[in-house]
Amino acid sequence: MKTKICLSNVGKTFRMHLREGIELPVVDNVSFAVAEGECVILGGPSGSGKSSVLKMIYGNYRCPKGQILITDGEEIINVAQAAPRRIIRLRDNTIGYVSQFLRAIPRVPALRLVADPLIAQGVSEEEALAQARVLLTRLNVPERLWQLPPATFSGGEQQRVNIARGFIAHYPILLLDEPTASLDAKNRAVVVELVEEKKKKGVAMLGILHDHEARDQIADRIIDVTQFKAAA
Amino acid sequence: MQTSEMTQTTADASEDLPLLRVSSATKYYGDRIGCKDVNFELYPGEVLAIVGESGSGKTTLLNCLSTRLAPTSGVIEYRNRQGAMRNLYQMSEAERRMLMRTDWGFVHQHASDGLRMSVSAGANVGERLMAVGARHYGDIRSTAIDWLDRVEIAEDRIDDDPRAFSGGMRQRLQIARNLVTNPRLVFMDEPTGGLDVSVQARLLDLIRGLVSDLGLSVIIVTHDLAVARLLSDRTLVMRRGHVIETGLTDQVLDDPQEAYTQLLVSSILQP
Repeated sequence: MKTKICLSNVGKTFRMHLREGIELPVVDNVSFAVAEGECVILGGPSGSGKSSVLKMIYGNYRCPKGQILITDGEEIINVAQAAPRRIIRLRDNTIGYVSQFLRAIPRVPALRLVADPLIAQGVSEEEALAQARVLLTRLNVPERLWQLPPATFSGGEQQRVNIARGFIAHYPILLLDEPTASLDAKNRAVVVELVEEKKKKGVAMLGILHDHEARDQIADRIIDVTQFKAAA
Repeated sequence: MQTSEMTQTTADASEDLPLLRVSSATKYYGDRIGCKDVNFELYPGEVLAIVGESGSGKTTLLNCLSTRLAPTSGVIEYRNRQGAMRNLYQMSEAERRMLMRTDWGFVHQHASDGLRMSVSAGANVGERLMAVGARHYGDIRSTAIDWLDRVEIAEDRIDDDPRAFSGGMRQRLQIARNLVTNPRLVFMDEPTGGLDVSVQARLLDLIRGLVSDLGLSVIIVTHDLAVARLLSDRTLVMRRGHVIETGLTDQVLDDPQEAYTQLLVSSILQP
């Protein structure tokens, strides 16, 4: 199986200038790999650095130490060193991020918001909107909401819109940031199905998932992040 | 860097070449630093935000980049439509003016600085077209109507002058006036400053849509980090005339490294 994500000796420390410059070491010597068609879940209590690892891979946190190698077609890109516009290209075509928090954009209707990543990948608007309808239906977002901007939706509805947005496009790598948090059993089951479908397509997935039941259903491996605890 | 004409490049190759290159751009006002040693490259289709507090030098830098203010030292180069990298301050005045009229746009914070307030909305848009050689009245008027529509100004307002428009409408008209000549690079100076929040949201959404539909390159100066977050790919943080931090916008906002950036980010009120 082809390796899609490979971290070696990754370390992260936050320096808090507003608090006398204290340093908060988060993780150190993080080394693991994720192959295509595999779903790996990061385990460990909150504060152990799971989210920081995910954000360094997506590039919204800087990675000051070690390497984060991403397979992008025939190329291998080190996110820790890549130029900003190379990271943007990775996000357009290669790495998707499914998070629980929706950053609503004023005036953009939910249906369009969901279809956008697919349109950005060159799929026709008509086809993208059709797939968005399918996903919103599967995730039980009521049809009367589709043409409205999600800013005023309930928390659960916003989250399901965002999950649809995260799963719609064809990314070879998906990062899952608590995709099932606060979902009811019915919708949680839908997310589990979506993950299984992505696996069959060879997508490499790395996620954080506190919900044990869903985790046991989708995880091929669990990596305990506490083993990478940085020395204070 | 020489300003001699470089070999012509194909459209594909130019995708990976910078549109604007800034090397050690420095501006002094007497002994006082306006901006110092600024270096960056802007690529086609990129949106770059320049953030910082008032007096940080961001508007000085924007003015140097857009040939409105000659830098004291440093080189600013722009790749023209023929693919040649030209030093802006070695171009003739006529050449530079042509650039401002066609290839570039400049959206001012105060619409009255970017519009002619005493001529109609349609003429404000049509004037830019005439500056690049359009002469057919019917074509100019229909293009103007089309652009007013794209910025959500009703056709029946075309003969009104901008003094009769609200702040948000004036700003949208200014954007139409700038975009009608299909510019490749647009400079924006606090384009949403001084507008009501709901008007701001509408304008931001409009700008976001136009930038992505037209594949524009944009340099936007703002003190509002939410505007940077919504519109830009990359952010440059300025303080006391220096660029103190740069990176992907979400990196700068989610994982700020410098003390000043951490202070800026932590000062945002969460609604």
